[in-house]
Amino acid sequence: MKRSSLIRDLQGAIGRRWVLHAPEDLLVYEYDATIDRGLPEAVVLPDDAEGVASAVCIASNHGVPVTARGAGTGLSGGAIPCEGGVVIVTTRMNRILELDPENRIAVVEPGVINLDISRSTAPYGLYYAPDPSSQKACSIGGNVAENAGGPHCLRYGTTTNHVLGLEIVTADGVVVWLGGKTADTPGYDLTGVVVGSEGTLAIVTKVIVRLLHKPEATVTLLAIFDTVTQASRVVSSIIGKGMVPAALEMMDKNTMDAVEPFVHAGYPPDAGAVLLIEVEGLKEDAQEQADAVASICRELEAREIRIGLSQEDRDRLWAGRKGALGALGRLAPSYYILDGVIPRTRLPTVLDGVYEACDRFGFRVANVFHAGDGNLHPNVMFDERVQGATKKVLDLGEEIMRLCVDAGGSITGEHGVGYEKRNYMSWIFSPDDLEVMSRLKAAFGASEIFNPGKVFPTSKGCGEVSSRMRAAIARVGADAFV
Amino acid sequence: MGKQPAFTKRFAPSEADLAQCVRCGLCLQHCPTYVATGLEAESPRGRLYLIKAMSEGLIEPTVNVTGHMDRCLQCRNCEAVCPSGVPYGRIMEHGRAHVLHTGRAPFAWRLRALFLREVIARPGRLALLASALRVYRASGLRALAERTPMLRDRVALAPTIAGKEFKRRGVLARPKGATKYRVALLTGCIMPLAYGRVHAATVRVLARNGCEVIAPATQVCCGALHGHNGDLPTAIELARRNIDAFLAEDFDAVIVNSAGCGSAIKEYGQLLAEDGEYLDRARLLASRVRDVTEFLASLPFEPPKRLLDARVTYQDSCHLGHAQRITRAPREIIASIPGVRFIELPHGDRCCGSAGVYGLTQGDMSLRLLDEKMRYIRETGADVIATANPGCMTQLEAGLRRHGVNGRVVHVIELLDESYRRATAHV
Repeated sequence: MKRSSLIRDLQGAIGRRWVLHAPEDLLVYEYDATIDRGLPEAVVLPDDAEGVASAVCIASNHGVPVTARGAGTGLSGGAIPCEGGVVIVTTRMNRILELDPENRIAVVEPGVINLDISRSTAPYGLYYAPDPSSQKACSIGGNVAENAGGPHCLRYGTTTNHVLGLEIVTADGVVVWLGGKTADTPGYDLTGVVVGSEGTLAIVTKVIVRLLHKPEATVTLLAIFDTVTQASRVVSSIIGKGMVPAALEMMDKNTMDAVEPFVHAGYPPDAGAVLLIEVEGLKEDAQEQADAVASICRELEAREIRIGLSQEDRDRLWAGRKGALGALGRLAPSYYILDGVIPRTRLPTVLDGVYEACDRFGFRVANVFHAGDGNLHPNVMFDERVQGATKKVLDLGEEIMRLCVDAGGSITGEHGVGYEKRNYMSWIFSPDDLEVMSRLKAAFGASEIFNPGKVFPTSKGCGEVSSRMRAAIARVGADAFV
Repeated sequence: MGKQPAFTKRFAPSEADLAQCVRCGLCLQHCPTYVATGLEAESPRGRLYLIKAMSEGLIEPTVNVTGHMDRCLQCRNCEAVCPSGVPYGRIMEHGRAHVLHTGRAPFAWRLRALFLREVIARPGRLALLASALRVYRASGLRALAERTPMLRDRVALAPTIAGKEFKRRGVLARPKGATKYRVALLTGCIMPLAYGRVHAATVRVLARNGCEVIAPATQVCCGALHGHNGDLPTAIELARRNIDAFLAEDFDAVIVNSAGCGSAIKEYGQLLAEDGEYLDRARLLASRVRDVTEFLASLPFEPPKRLLDARVTYQDSCHLGHAQRITRAPREIIASIPGVRFIELPHGDRCCGSAGVYGLTQGDMSLRLLDEKMRYIRETGADVIATANPGCMTQLEAGLRRHGVNGRVVHVIELLDESYRRATAHV
C-alpha cells in the first residue's frame, strides 16, 4: 500500500518513535481550537531542521501534502490537514538556542512557547511583546505562521514587527535563512512574506525574535459601562485623541458571565461591558496617560472606574481576559470565534449589527476583543452535536464578516484566513490580486505541498479526507490503515 | 453501521462532562506528560478526545488507547487551570471504569484492580505486604538493590515502610484545656503503616489547638486509588462504609492528612450521585472533611514560638493544590514557624511522579518526573522538603536517595509539631 511505504520512509528518516500512524494517535491531530477537522495520514515529530526537511522530501516524493503544527491552539484551522497527508509537529523543537540581552534578540526553535520567551528573558528586564491570549500554550512557530496578535499589539504591533529572521525549510527540502539578526537586511523582505503565510510557503525551523525592555511603569484601569455602545464611544474617543494605550480591550456581559466564575477577578455581574485598559511608559508619563483615559471614561458615562489595582488584581483581570475563550465552554459545548477588523469609529454600529444577526439566527454571542485595534472577536456559542447547527453558525459567521467588510474592514485581524474564511478572500481582493499571491506561492515552489486548502478560495471542503478515514476506522476498527 | 460503543452505559463519562472541553489548549503546558513528550495523546485535551471517541464508538480501547490513559498521572493540574471547568479527573476515572467493565481491559488493568481491591482495601493483607517491605529496607537489601546499576531504576520507587505503625483507634487525644472541637481523624490504609509518625504529629497538633481527636473504629480505606483506577464499585462500597463510620457521631470536622484521601472524600457526593440511599449523607460527610492544613489555617492555629533552624521548600501535593485548590494553608503554616527560611520550589505545583500506583505502573515516566523535580529541589538548597500526602513523601524520599541529596522529607504538620514540642520542652 502507498500509505505503508510513506510511513516506512518517514520512520527511516525520523525514527520509529516519532512517527505516529495508528488511527487513535492520528485522531488527536485532526483538531485545533476551531471547529474544523481533518485527519492526517501520518504525524511526525522531528527534532531539528534536517528532520523537517527529510519529512518534506518524503511527503513530496509520495505526493502527499504537509501541514505544520505547533501547539494546536490556532483559531483559523491553520494546523488542520484539510487534505490529509503528513503533519509535522514542532513540539520537540522547543529550545531557546541563543539569548543576546545586549542586542535584545533571541534565537528560538518554533516549538518554544510564546510565554517561555518572556519568562527566560525576564532576568534581563526584557520580554517578547506580542501576547496572544493563548500565550502560555501557543508556540512561536504558530505565531509566525498566523502573524499572531494579542492585547498589547495595539501599541507594539503584531508578530511581524518582532521577527527579524527565520530559518525555513522550503518545499524542495532545502534549509535557508531569511533576514538576520540586524533590524534591516538588504534584498527582498522575505521574512515579512513568510510571517503570516499560514504555513503555505515554507516550514519555519528557527526564529530570531526582537526583545523589548519592560516599561518602567504600567497602569491598569477597568472601566465599567452600562452598555456596549457607551464603551465603544470611549474607544473611539481615546483613539481619536491620538492616544495609544498599550492595550484597550472590551468584554461584554456574556463574556463576563463565563469568565468570572473561573477567575473571581471582580468583573461586575450586572454591567453591559467593561474596558480593560493598560497604559505604559515612564512613571510620570504612564500616570498622565491613565488620568487622561480615566477622564474620557468619566465624560462618556462610565459607571465606575477602577484604577490603582494591585498586581494580584491585575493578574486576575488579565487571566480572565486571556482565558475568556476557553471559559465559554461553561456556557455552551462549542463556540465559533470570529475575527474581523473594522474602522474603530464604526464600533458601535457594527456591534449592534453583530448582536442583531446573532439574535436573528438564535445564537448567544459573547464579544471579547481588541477594541483599540477595531479587531472584533464575536464568539458564537452553539452545540455542534445538534444537527445542522454548525452549518447555521458558519452562515451567521459569513454574515458577520460581511458586516465588517461593508463597514470598510477586513476578514481577519490576527487569527488568519485558514480554511473557513478562504472564500471571503474574494470580497477583499480582486482575481488579479489573488493571482499575484498564488504566483508567490508558486515561486516558493509550494503550490502543491504546503497546507493546501488554506488561504486561497476553492470549492473543495475541508475534512473530506477526514470523514473518509473516520468512516474507515468505524468500519474496520482499530487496525485501519496500520 | 459502526460497532457497538465499547462503553457500558452505567460508567460512561457523561456527555455533559465531555462536551465541556472546547479544545482551547490552555491546559497543555500544565500537563507533566505532555511537557515531557510533546505528544497530543499524552495531553489532557488529547486524552479527553480519545475517551470521547471511544464513548462514541469510533475507536476501541486498544492497547494504544489504554496506554495513553495509563500515562495520565491524574494530577488534575489541567483541571485547576481549565477556563471552561472541565471535570477532567472525573472523566478519566469514568473512562477507565468503562474500559475495565467492558471486559476488554488490558490484563495489567485487571491485575491492578485486583491488587487494590484485595490488598490495599484489606488491612490485614496490606500489613503483611508492609512487613515484607519493612524487612526489605531494614535488612539492607534495598540499599544493595538501589546501588546495583541493573536494578537501580526498577527498584527506585518501591514504597518506604519504616518507623512505628499507628494502630490506635477510638479517642486518640484530648486537649489540655477546654475542648473546642471534636474531630474525627481518617487513619487511612497506607498512612498508618508507612507514616505513623505523621498521624502522631497530627494528633498532637490538633490536641494542642483545642481538639478532641477520635479515630472511628469502623472506618476503612477511602477508596481513592480504586476510583482513580476505574474500580468504581469498590470505591463506592468503601465510601458507603466510611459514611456510616464517620457520620455515626456529629463531629465538627473530619480531618484528613493525606491530600489524595481528602480529595476523594470531598467528592463522595459525585461518586455516589446515583446512590439514592447514601447521596445526602455522602454530601454531608464531604462538607465536613478538612485537610489538616486547611482546618488549622481556618482556626487560626496557635502560633509556634520556638526556633526551627531550617531551609524549607514545599512541594504542592497535586490532590491538595489542584483537586482541593488548597495552596495557601500549608505555606501559611510553614511560614509561621520562627527560624524557618521558606524557599518556593520552581514548578512546585507540578506532579513529582508519585501519583498513587503510577510509580509502579509507569516507572519510566515517574522517574523522569522525579529526576526533574530533584533538579529543582537542589536549586532551592532546601534541607527540608515539606509536602502533604504520603505518596509524595515516599516518592521524594526515593528522590533524595537516588540523587544523593542530603535532607529530609516531612509532612507540613510535622514541622509545626516539631516547633510546638520544642517550645514545650524548653519553656
